[in-house]
Amino acid sequence: MLNLMFKRKKFLRVWEFPGFLTWTFFFFGFLYIPIVILVIYSFNSSKFAMIWTGFSFRWYEKLLTNDDMQQAALNSLYVAFVAAPCATAIATLTALVVVRGGSFKSKEFSNGLVTLPLMVPEIVTAVATLIFFAFIGINLGLINVMIAHTVFCIPFAYMPIKASLEAMDPTLEVAARDLYSDRNSTFRYITLPLLMPGILSGFMLAFVISIDDFIITLMVAGGGSTTLPVYIYSMIKMGVTPEVNAISTLMLAFSIILVTGYWVFSKKS
Amino acid sequence: MKISKTNAIEVQNVTKVYGSGESSVKALDNANLIIYDNEFFTLLGPSGCGKTTLLRLIAGFEDITNGRINLFNEELISLPPNKRPVNTVFQQYALFPHLNVFENVAFGLRRLDKDNDFVIKRSNEVLELVQMQDYAFRRPNQLSGGQQQRIALARALAPEPKVLLLDEPLSALDLKLRQAMRVELKTLQKETGITFVFVTHDQEEALTMSDRIAVINQGSIQQIGNPEEIYEKPSNQFVANFIGEANLILGKCEKTGINGICKLQTGHKISINIPDKFNKGDNLTIFIRPERIKINKSKGSSLSQIQEFTYLGNAAHIELLSNGVSVNATLPIDKVKNFKKGDKIEIEFPKSFAQIINT
Amino acid sequence: MNIQGENKSRNNLIGLLPLWIVMGVFMIGPLIVMAFVSIMESNSYGGIHLKFDLSGYRQILFDTNLFDEMEFNPAYLIIIGRSFLLAVAATIISLIIGFPVAYYISRQKDSVKNILIFLVTIPFWTNLLIRTFAWIIILGKDGVIENSFGFIGIIDDDDSLNLMYTNTAILIGLVYSYIPLMVLPIYSSMEKLDVRLIEAASDLYSTRINLIFKIILPLTLPGIIGGSILVFVPCLGAFIAPDLLGGGKKLLLGSLIQFQFAYARNWPFGAAIAMVLLALIVTILYLNARVNRRHEQNA
Repeated sequence: MLNLMFKRKKFLRVWEFPGFLTWTFFFFGFLYIPIVILVIYSFNSSKFAMIWTGFSFRWYEKLLTNDDMQQAALNSLYVAFVAAPCATAIATLTALVVVRGGSFKSKEFSNGLVTLPLMVPEIVTAVATLIFFAFIGINLGLINVMIAHTVFCIPFAYMPIKASLEAMDPTLEVAARDLYSDRNSTFRYITLPLLMPGILSGFMLAFVISIDDFIITLMVAGGGSTTLPVYIYSMIKMGVTPEVNAISTLMLAFSIILVTGYWVFSKKS
Repeated sequence: MKISKTNAIEVQNVTKVYGSGESSVKALDNANLIIYDNEFFTLLGPSGCGKTTLLRLIAGFEDITNGRINLFNEELISLPPNKRPVNTVFQQYALFPHLNVFENVAFGLRRLDKDNDFVIKRSNEVLELVQMQDYAFRRPNQLSGGQQQRIALARALAPEPKVLLLDEPLSALDLKLRQAMRVELKTLQKETGITFVFVTHDQEEALTMSDRIAVINQGSIQQIGNPEEIYEKPSNQFVANFIGEANLILGKCEKTGINGICKLQTGHKISINIPDKFNKGDNLTIFIRPERIKINKSKGSSLSQIQEFTYLGNAAHIELLSNGVSVNATLPIDKVKNFKKGDKIEIEFPKSFAQIINT
Repeated sequence: MNIQGENKSRNNLIGLLPLWIVMGVFMIGPLIVMAFVSIMESNSYGGIHLKFDLSGYRQILFDTNLFDEMEFNPAYLIIIGRSFLLAVAATIISLIIGFPVAYYISRQKDSVKNILIFLVTIPFWTNLLIRTFAWIIILGKDGVIENSFGFIGIIDDDDSLNLMYTNTAILIGLVYSYIPLMVLPIYSSMEKLDVRLIEAASDLYSTRINLIFKIILPLTLPGIIGGSILVFVPCLGAFIAPDLLGGGKKLLLGSLIQFQFAYARNWPFGAAIAMVLLALIVTILYLNARVNRRHEQNA
């Protein structure tokens, strides 16, 4: 056994486990290979999604002529660009009160309320929202979706904002008040600038979560208000074609580039 | 020429209670004091005594439970901190990390809507005052602790406040820097003429820097006076013990009057001024500083013996045991060169330095 | 700060109002309405009649046969049981796979650590539907696995491994969906471990097995429990994996509920099942909170 360990330049200590490196390597393989396969097959020139016949862009070209899909993609963006800011705004207000408001009776309750959507299984939220909208008679197409998205995006925006606020020295705001700054000016010149990275982080999280949402949108969206994930689902149900691969690849690329770009940006600052 | 003193700050019957019901904490209990214009006034006391609370009440960061605070005869209660011409230097400086040094210093002036030319001129002025004019465009996180402290000072001075509050500003600095800053702060106060209210738990700092000191303990003001009064004539045992070292010896009154006699538990009968409000037989506590005690080698039997002899360099600290009572003496080294542990000693308590003290 | 004259309580309340309104109306409201619907009579066109009726819940256990008698119907209990077992299996597998990964990453240099953790997190930000769809390509008839096996010659061209539409396929999908949520809390727990503690302990415990069971496992238990909850709860109510990889054949709670609203139009029944799912989740979260509290008291 010692000889095997000598093969590596250094001794393996007791707390270093042989094989964990390989295990981790296979783990990342498990995680990413399906995605890679998906992407590769999107360039498959064959009509049958599973059989590889050659490299081709034809499915991406087909996307360009698919008006319904493009409308669905636009809808996804409309919804996200409404839901994410609303969720971020509400999350920011809530975080300000919870973190800076001193101790007050409903603090625990409010903190729990914010994270409620995370604790209820998505299918339950989806179904409950569907029933609710039907009951109340709200039938505003895409707006229904925007409302539903806003609700479950709030906890995602809330977490980074709250963390950012908690990391901020509370004395800074006291110092600003001391220096002739009223409440609004303090917020504008001190709190907001320092909180901005957290708010941007929260916004981005909320945006991505909204774009990617499927189950809730599936249940809540009416006929004319499909979003991209729901549209992709209907395509899958109809039969697997590489078109699905193509749009899936694009969506994946979008998410990954967004998240990676943000990660790199936040590391730099 | 008689200089009339203006009352810069009047604290009248101020009580501050945090929380309510069973978990309430009384941070200040009926505090009364007057701070004069142009003086360097120190609030001195151990941690949690209420000195910072009082400072925060003056600044306006906390609401007063009872009482009032006046600034140059105007009541402060209804004013939020941003309307009070009072600025604070915080213990951890609280410099705005996203602004450079210049903008930090200019912050108050900008919020007061001063025009840009004035802001630039005044900010540069005050940066020169603290000798930081070359650092105007650095960020706070690029400065050392001492430099940050100066910027915090400059920032608080820029808007020309009537009173400057300093919350233990030197406690984060190392010893040499602290000593240098003490001198600088004192000079600054004299130059600008602004009333300084300085909070510290370090009695040496208080004694060296202040015009007057208020000693606070557990929310109550124990004594107010100049450094000499506080040191030589402490009004109670807390002040006596908190400032420097104190001998507090119990005794019984045998005769009242200017040449009164008190029999100490150490076995000594001392001559001491005992006011008429006391009676023969009363229990008294006598206070005397270790450096005021006189000792001589005993030529015969004696009640007192040296327990510990500690060499301090220019002086020696001698712990004496007399009739079971501990007495401390700190004396210049040439006076006690030949003394050692175990020696039998005669102790003298000079009348002019011994005084009766309350609990 | 408690500035004289500023009514902090009132300001707090105003600040929280948006949250309370939005959550109250659009999150709690729907849940209440759903609970209400679950005890109403079904309207065959979808929706309900406003009439109290427990048949939603009754349908979980009983069927009305041709003679209008109640017959015990195990079908839905089987679905609930299957969902539960698959969720448990997915959690355990995620734990076994994820634990060494979390450990390995936490032993790396800081710069490597950050990149690896980021790589673990990326799938979380991509669309779950798409990621699960990828497995259709892999597991499906003439999919990647069958093609490669056919290529190597393990199976004939016309044969099928029939990997899709099985519990196994769903299991793979579930693990794939949520395993990052297992790795991250365990990693977080391990980060809090003092390296010196492990090095000191390795003096006492000479074998690795001992080190794992006596030191590492107990100390990372909070992370393990946290990760397990984060995986188990979504798995229990999962829809995408069972629907895509299980087809219509293997129903789980999530797809059963969706079916009631998308096709069967049996709202009270769907609502009743959703309530059952909710009750299961709440119970687990409550037990978790209890365990956490006791853990904190002992620490």
